[in-house]
Amino acid sequence: MTLRTWARDLALGARFAVTGGRSGLLRTLLTATGVGFGVALLLLAASFPNMLFQREVRESVRAVDGSEQVTSPRADSFLHLSRTTVYRDDVISGLLLRPEGDAPPVPPGAPAFPGTGEMLVSPALGELLDSPEGDLLKERLPYKIVGTIGPAGLIGPAELRYVAHVDFLNPENLDGRGTRYGWSVPEEPMNAFLILLVVVACVVLLLPVLVFVATAVRFGGEQRDRRLAALRLIGADTAMTRRIAAGESLASALLGLLVGLGVFAVARQFAGTFTIWDVNAFPGDVVPMTALAVLVLTVVPVASVVVSLVALRGVAIEPLGVVRVSTPRSRRLWWRLLLLVAGGAFLVPLVGDVRMAETSIDAVSVVTGTTLALIGLTTLLPWIVEACVKRLHAGPVAWQLAVRRLQLSSGTAARAVSGIVVAATGAIALQMLFQAMETEFTQVSGEDTSRAQIAIGADARNSEEARRIIDRLRRTEGVTGVIGIVESSVWRPGPLEDGEEFSPRASIRVGDCASLREFATLPSCADGDVFVFLAHGAQGNPDDSFVTRTARPGATVALRDPHPHPSEPQRPKGAPLPEWHIPATAKVVDSRPDPTGMYEYGILATPSAIDGAELDEPDAQAMVRLDPAVPDAADHVRNTADAIDPTSWVRTLKDTERDAAFSSVRTGILVGSTLTMLLVAASLLVATLEQLRDRKRLLSSLVAFGTRRSTLAWSVLWQTAVPILLGLALSVAGGLGLGVVLLKMGGQPVQDWSGFLPVVGIGLGLIATVTLLSMPVLWRLMRADGLRTE
Amino acid sequence: MTATPLLRAVGLAKTYGPTPALAGADFSIRAGEVVAVMGPSGSGKSTLLHCLAGIVRPDAGTITYDGRELTALSDGARSSLRRTDFGFVFQFGQLVPELTCVENVALPLRLNGEKRKAAEARAVEWLARLEVDDTAAKRPGEISGGQGQRVAVARALVTSPRVIFADEPTGALDSLNGERVMRLLTDASRDTGAAVVLVTHEARVAAYSDREIVVRDGSVRDAEWAA
Amino acid sequence: MSIGHTLLGLLESGPRHGYDLKRAFDEKFGHDRPLHYGQVYSTMSRLLKNGLVVVDGIEAGGGPERKRYAITEAGITDVAQWLATPEKPEPYLQSTLYTKVVLALLTGRGAAELLDTQRAEHLRLMRELTRRKKDGDLADQLICDHALFHLEADLRWLELTAARLDRLAEEIRR
Repeated sequence: MTLRTWARDLALGARFAVTGGRSGLLRTLLTATGVGFGVALLLLAASFPNMLFQREVRESVRAVDGSEQVTSPRADSFLHLSRTTVYRDDVISGLLLRPEGDAPPVPPGAPAFPGTGEMLVSPALGELLDSPEGDLLKERLPYKIVGTIGPAGLIGPAELRYVAHVDFLNPENLDGRGTRYGWSVPEEPMNAFLILLVVVACVVLLLPVLVFVATAVRFGGEQRDRRLAALRLIGADTAMTRRIAAGESLASALLGLLVGLGVFAVARQFAGTFTIWDVNAFPGDVVPMTALAVLVLTVVPVASVVVSLVALRGVAIEPLGVVRVSTPRSRRLWWRLLLLVAGGAFLVPLVGDVRMAETSIDAVSVVTGTTLALIGLTTLLPWIVEACVKRLHAGPVAWQLAVRRLQLSSGTAARAVSGIVVAATGAIALQMLFQAMETEFTQVSGEDTSRAQIAIGADARNSEEARRIIDRLRRTEGVTGVIGIVESSVWRPGPLEDGEEFSPRASIRVGDCASLREFATLPSCADGDVFVFLAHGAQGNPDDSFVTRTARPGATVALRDPHPHPSEPQRPKGAPLPEWHIPATAKVVDSRPDPTGMYEYGILATPSAIDGAELDEPDAQAMVRLDPAVPDAADHVRNTADAIDPTSWVRTLKDTERDAAFSSVRTGILVGSTLTMLLVAASLLVATLEQLRDRKRLLSSLVAFGTRRSTLAWSVLWQTAVPILLGLALSVAGGLGLGVVLLKMGGQPVQDWSGFLPVVGIGLGLIATVTLLSMPVLWRLMRADGLRTE
Repeated sequence: MTATPLLRAVGLAKTYGPTPALAGADFSIRAGEVVAVMGPSGSGKSTLLHCLAGIVRPDAGTITYDGRELTALSDGARSSLRRTDFGFVFQFGQLVPELTCVENVALPLRLNGEKRKAAEARAVEWLARLEVDDTAAKRPGEISGGQGQRVAVARALVTSPRVIFADEPTGALDSLNGERVMRLLTDASRDTGAAVVLVTHEARVAAYSDREIVVRDGSVRDAEWAA
Repeated sequence: MSIGHTLLGLLESGPRHGYDLKRAFDEKFGHDRPLHYGQVYSTMSRLLKNGLVVVDGIEAGGGPERKRYAITEAGITDVAQWLATPEKPEPYLQSTLYTKVVLALLTGRGAAELLDTQRAEHLRLMRELTRRKKDGDLADQLICDHALFHLEADLRWLELTAARLDRLAEEIRR
């Protein structure tokens, strides 16, 4: 057998695929569409690493070059401060600039340097501010919009960003002084965990596409069978007909590749419209990794040929028709389990080996293990379906029809559904990985959002100002409570002791009793009380003696640093430092985690216990409790904070910024698995429709003797539901198992076992969709036309 | 004409697309009567049968069954009538391939809500009556065409229908098997008193009837029905 | 049908009396038309004359039906030859029906009605034969089937002619 005969036969098959009449063409187009969407999906997944990388590059290109030290103002120097604020669920990044000369460099993407009080905005932010949606945000960005930031200054087309020229920047509140933009372009920055995710995602995507190709090449099987039989009649041998059949699917697959490239090219134009995991990319940045792209573009057509050859294995194409091997071999379990076990064998030794921070992982083992495990699960499905269906007993007529159908040919349904197994298993495993990551972030903070939702900090010149800040927050719309304190420090008076480089220091927090109770367990509290609260070394805090060296009941403390660092501004010599006497009645109490989850320590004082005006560089710190019933309460608070001090910091507890990022990942996984499952649903639908069409006469005669439509509809439902439900059960078991192994690999505990629920929900949705979409055809076929023979 | 007709149609017309399949056909059949509907291919025989059986709603004309106006009934009511009062035998492709023969025969009973055991017991009786009891546990794919048609006849008779509609029931069989099916069908229907509307283009099959009508170009020429 | 050959064939199994022969013939072949004794007598005398049978004995009481006939070697050969010779297929080139149709067309009478009437008559007979076939034994069935197939052939011709009446009328009138 030479290459020439192969080429000739494949080409002949390809010609059949495109010239096989209306239904043949339809079949080819259907297959090509399915394969195309699969390929597009794969290419998008393959582009993901690059998108992330380009994002890093863009970020560093627009950043102020920090490698350069500029100590004094120059004509081209400017002060800069990066601000990040959250508006509803969106993150808005800002760069505040104040030029020190008359020739500051224009920021990347900006048409010109904005004037004082003016800003440039990204198109997305401009749109937001123009719309009524952005009304509340306008208060926070009180600058005049004078232009648009171009792509060079943005990470993605949907990024919300502004660059403003402000006059309040001074050497006290800035990030730094710079003269140019552009930081060194990073190396490809992927941590091990991310690589793991992308790898698993690619495997998860690739397999359903292959399964779909496998299903698709079986579309229109009967018609193809007749054609192949006709070829045998005119003298083609068995091998030749097989090659021709392979050629037919090859043509569809190649057409599918073109469709896929087309869909990909179109889809990347919309890359900016969707934001997944904060990634929102310019079309030009959506470029698949070369190796992965080559893999996709070769695996798909090759697989289509292999699959159609395998599909014809149990079939004898005879000149007078196609004979299927009458008694299909009963499915064997051992090699299916072997695949699963082999997959486990690759993965389990890696448990605990993967460090989050590492950038390289044993990718080969992970990919091989995951792939084997997924393939093992997939191949397990037909066996399980067969084994389960065999044990099903006849119930009502609809159930009987469906079960008997499945018993006779469980393979068709199982094949189509196996795509679901891969997609669902992968989605569940990924879901668990992400949940672990997500929980990790929130756990570190240990923030208690039942006590407060937003923390705000602002500089104040004195305690009076700090109190006014707290009052303003308290009056803000949607705020139900403010834990407000003025924070400063106290020092041990007197000279340094041996071995000391600076005076021992303790923090002091002044606030009302309710606020102070958030930091320590107080037995009783009245205005005028003072407490020394100790953390007992919790959370790696220093020993209690660190505090008690300075702060003890009855001790006198200095309210200014007796031995300030030489770089600090000099105080007039000889002036007495303000001091404060800690009352001897002060109680020593235990620290408790504050709403941000931290054990603080030091002194707690009620307002009348100390003269606030004496405090050194007081900070106003507030933690705000919001009324969930007030819409945008958080944004009102952020507006207030910005109005008080545009350089104040605002942090949302349980970090909604992170939350949004993670929920978008979750959405991404769901969208991805939904898309793959839709692909599966499409093949299931086509299989069902084809089966219905094949039985046109039968359906009509069933109608003739009075079968209710609902009976047949239910039978279609059962016939779809039983394999899908079995597949989902398998995926849930497999996905949880795989998820556990992958998590254990990174040394992560399982956070949430319920991650499979949405996937199961999608699966149930698919059952409904496939059934519903088959109904019109069923209805049409159930008309009596099917009985007409003339 | 002593008895009033069980099923009677007047002036039936039905058009599929641009081609008229029936154009003013009259028909009547009395209880227990076997009437052959003959005519060349495309003459509208099958359409007449589909209309009479309430599978297809005619564009014009009336069909009275047992004093009820069939054309006025809802789709659901007609379906239910077909389940209880009518039986059907077609040329081919009517047995559900996944069900065993006995399950196929029991199907109409089960559609009427009968319990599986009871339905299958009756189905076995009918299979025996049609001399195919040995096929009970087999699937339609595993039996011969003649056996399959007899299973189909058993299925048509199992509900003890009052009218059996048979559309070319021997069309796919050789003459020996065809004769056997016809003999069993007519004998069984005479025993149960069922009327048979027998659509066929074969004279030898039509010869099993009590009388025949001929459909030509969608109309019945020599309608013998009593006014 | 050659009665002579049939009677000869019946004698092959052993000598028979004349009335035996008639009974056997009627039973097996004479469903429609039983033989007359006269026919048996004249046939047997012809066979006797040709040396194909001999008289084996005569029962008391006389009369041709009382004679016992036996087949001769020549008679056996004759039967064998008859069976080996194919019957000439009946071409039916001259048909009364055809003549009637043409005449009806020529005289402007309804040829279609004529065909329909004939068709109904044919089917009536077919129904009768079918009924007989259902009640009869295998011999009955075979004989009836033979007739049924012929009638069916006629019926097909009637159908075909009915479908071509217009063209036939055109050609005749030309």
